[in-house]
This record gives sequence, C-alpha cells and structure tokens, in this order.
Amino acid sequence: MANAIEVEGLRKRYGGLEVLDGVGFEVAEGEIFGLLGPNGAGKTTTVECLQGLRWADAGHLRVFGHDPRRDVRRVRGLVGSQLQESALPDRIKVWEALQLFATIEGTGRAWEPLLEEWGLAHRRNAAFGDLSGGQRQRLFIALALVGAPRLVVLDEMTTGLDPAARRDAWDLVAAVRERGTTVLLVTHFMDEAERLCDRVAVLRGGRIVGTGTPAELVRSTTSEVRVEFSAPSAFGLDFLTGIAGATTVTRRRTGVVVQGTGPLLARVGHALVERGLEPPDLRVSLPSLEDAYLRLTAPLDDPVSS
Amino acid sequence: MRVLRELTWVELKLFAREPMTVVFVLVLPVVVLYVLNGVFGDQPNPGVWEGHSPVDFYTSAYVALVVATMGVLSLPVHLASYREGGVLRRFRASALPRWTLVGAHVLVAVISGLVGSVLLTAVSVLGYDATLPRDWVGSAAAFLLVTLAFCAFGSFLGLVLRTARAAQGLGVLLFFVFMMLGGAGPPREVLPDAMVTLADVVPLTYAARALRAPWLGLPWDTAATTVMAGMLLVSVLLVAWRSRSE
Repeated sequence: MANAIEVEGLRKRYGGLEVLDGVGFEVAEGEIFGLLGPNGAGKTTTVECLQGLRWADAGHLRVFGHDPRRDVRRVRGLVGSQLQESALPDRIKVWEALQLFATIEGTGRAWEPLLEEWGLAHRRNAAFGDLSGGQRQRLFIALALVGAPRLVVLDEMTTGLDPAARRDAWDLVAAVRERGTTVLLVTHFMDEAERLCDRVAVLRGGRIVGTGTPAELVRSTTSEVRVEFSAPSAFGLDFLTGIAGATTVTRRRTGVVVQGTGPLLARVGHALVERGLEPPDLRVSLPSLEDAYLRLTAPLDDPVSS
Repeated sequence: MRVLRELTWVELKLFAREPMTVVFVLVLPVVVLYVLNGVFGDQPNPGVWEGHSPVDFYTSAYVALVVATMGVLSLPVHLASYREGGVLRRFRASALPRWTLVGAHVLVAVISGLVGSVLLTAVSVLGYDATLPRDWVGSAAAFLLVTLAFCAFGSFLGLVLRTARAAQGLGVLLFFVFMMLGGAGPPREVLPDAMVTLADVVPLTYAARALRAPWLGLPWDTAATTVMAGMLLVSVLLVAWRSRSE
C-alpha cells in the first residue's frame, strides 16, 4: 500500500536547542499510527512540521507525495487536524463553525451529515464556549473531517477528558478509520495507543527509539513475564528456581512472584500441581506497551530496574 | 472570494455578539454625540470649533472616532484573543489563505464603522439639521482611508499584544484619549497649551480633519490626509515585518 507519510532525517532547532534530531518513520495509507513519547520529546513539533505549521530545518518530508515545505496549500487540503491548544471563538455556533470550515475547505454543505454522525445535532445552535469538553472534542474531529481529508492528525485529543469521554473518543477514531482515512495519533496514553494503533513510534529527546506494532515493540524491549499466586507460608518454594526460564522467586505479603521468560505460566502451573498445590489465583502478567514505553523512554543514566 | 464572504459574515455575527465592543463602537459614541448636540446646538461660534456649527464639527469627529475605535479596540481584542485561545492556530492549520482572516476583519471594521456612521449622521441630521456630506465621493474616500489606517494600526496592536486583556486595556485607554483630545471632546480652542501639543500627536485629530473637509465641502486637508496615509503605510510595514518574524 502507498505511504501516507514519509519522514526521514527530520531536524528542527529552536534557538540552540535540538528539538528533532533525525526523526524518521513511515505511515501506510489506511493505518492508525501512534506517535508516543514524554512531554518535550518532539511529537507536536513533528506533526507541525508535517502540516507545514513549522519549518523543518532539514530532512525528507512527504505527505501523500507532497513536501509540506513547498506545497503547503496542497498538504493542508489533504490533511485535517485536531491541534493541541487550539480553539474556536467562544461565541461561534456549532453549525457556523462547520459551515465556515466547509467553505474554507471547499466542500460546500457536506458538513450537514457530520452533525448527526458526531452526535452534535442537538447542539447545532450552541455556542462553542457553552460546549462540554467531550462535545468540543467531537466538534474538532468533525471540523478535521469536514474537508474529506485523506489524513487526520489528532494531537492529544483525549487529554483533559473524563474516562467515559475518552472511551467515546476512541470509538470516534475507530469510526474515522472505517471511512478509509489514515490517522496520525499523538498521545502519551499507552492504553489509548495499545487499543487503537496499528503501529506506533516512540520518540525520546527528538529521536525515534522504537517503532512497530504495539506487540512488536513489547517483544523487542522486554520479554519478562511475571507469574503470581498465593501459597501457604509453610509451602517450600525452592523447586521454583529450577523451572526453565524462571529468574527470580520472591515471597511477598500478597503472594509469591516468579519472574522470568518463556511460557512461564504453564511451567509454574505444572510444577505446582505436581506438588499438590492448586492456587485459585494463579495468574500471569505479560509485559504491556506501557512497560516497553517506560524502558524505551527511561533516561539513559537511570535505567528502569528489572 | 466565497471564503472571504463567509468568514466576514461569521465575524460580523461574532462582533455583534460581543457586548463590550458593540457598546464602545455603536452605542457610546451615539449617546455622547446626542448629548453634545443637545448642549452646544448648531449655532457656529467664531472662537471655537474652527468656526463651524458644533453639530457639524462633532458629527464628522464622531464618525472618525467610531472607525478609530473599531481599529484600536475591537480589532486588536479579537486578534489577540484569537492568538491567546488558539483560534489562529486552528485557522492556520486549515486551507484558509493567509490574508483572508485579516481581510475579513478589515471588512467587518468597514461595515460596522459604516453602520455607526449612519447612526451618528441620522442623530445629527434628524435631530439638529446637521449637514449631510457635501462631497460624497470625497467623504467616502476619506472614510475609507481613515478606516484602513486605523485597521492596519489595530492589526499591528493585535499582533504585538499578547493577551486580549492587554488589548482591551490599551484600546479603552486610547478610546478615551481619542475622545477627549482628538476633537470629539472639548474644542481645541479652549484646551490649555500642553493639551494642544498632546492633541497634535493624537491620530484621531487628523482623522477627524481629513473627514471634515470633504464632509463640509471645504478644500482637502492635505496635511491630515498625508498623516493618515503615512499611518497606513507604516502600520502595514510593521504588520508585514511582525508576521514574517512570527
């Protein structure tokens, strides 16, 4: 499939500070691609360079084959965006905003169905300043879609939303992709990325430190598995260290924790049953995207322990 | 053109929904002019108001005040609040051509200035038999020049001032300075010397003079027109420099 976005060797300095130091990634058409990283890693700067809102100092940038530095009008016509820290005038009404942006994008009255689709029909005549956080977010996404873009950039769209509104927003993103639109999602919520993104890239200090599907990222950074269960204190645990793949065994107040790699749950379970212990709470926690992310973004001089 | 028309229409509606600027641009000047007309009437006094009828003198001064207020109060407050709130970011990310937003704001200033001027003229003409513009074309040209000059200056203020509150504070201050010293308050002839010196640097003084000449069918006030054209030119250059360095 063709690439929606190509970035290679992207550099950007503000004053003496290197904000982007050779960022590179590709987004295929139709994907939901997540750009992850701590605050100040350069996520927003990267998407702003892609949209021609900031001037990239160096690097190869293409959005559907167009360079945002040379063809900025073309690129903005293909990209819809929901920007961090952006707003509308407080007194503009929902329908006025949609009609205005539809006119700007040259799509006439195509905004009418969006009202219904994004659950804003009953707030049609409400002023932007009177909308709830979730309604504003839905309006921004509707505005991002009003020009029928091929790529939508969503920059921290769920920051500041309550948990229910966040889940609604996730459904909306999935719905955007259903329309065939490529989505570039900037976020620092791992649950969001894990649930929505086909592929992600992790930025740290202006560089990409990991890229792939969430599962690949997890596998490439950590293979550690934890198996936990409760056991009577009289029950001897020495045999557990002999299990293939187990590295550490610790007894805690909440139960026994076995850390290691490989199919640890099956092996621990087998060994326990052999010794007549069948704990009902035997469970495994596999490394999550969050674990992988924390490893990737840990400061070099302070590695995350175990 | 469709984008400019749509944006201007939306901005006009937003302007009308903002009570503060509507009061300063469309209500307060009409009320003050009504009071002044009532106090001074239409009898010329050779010692003051440059020998004109007070009603005629003030009507042109208040038309100038309305467009100046649009420029230094309404426009910077809107632009600064757009920047502060992230509205400018939202517009920049869309396919909106760069100068359309400025163009829409200038059109809003021209249209609401025109509405204010019609209201003011109606108050003076219907209540006190003031003079309608003698030279319509000249008056329209002067009106346009003054409006553009103050809009350009206001756009610069809107780009420089960081917050809407700052823009509002400065705008209201300028409004009162303009009103008291620019020919919309006590006539220049009764001001003490120091105040006259100050009045000479208040741009509204020149705006009112530039407008008054064609309005009363007098020869063009070249000096005042030049000051307005200069203000327009300098402000446009400042805006261009400022938006380049953004």
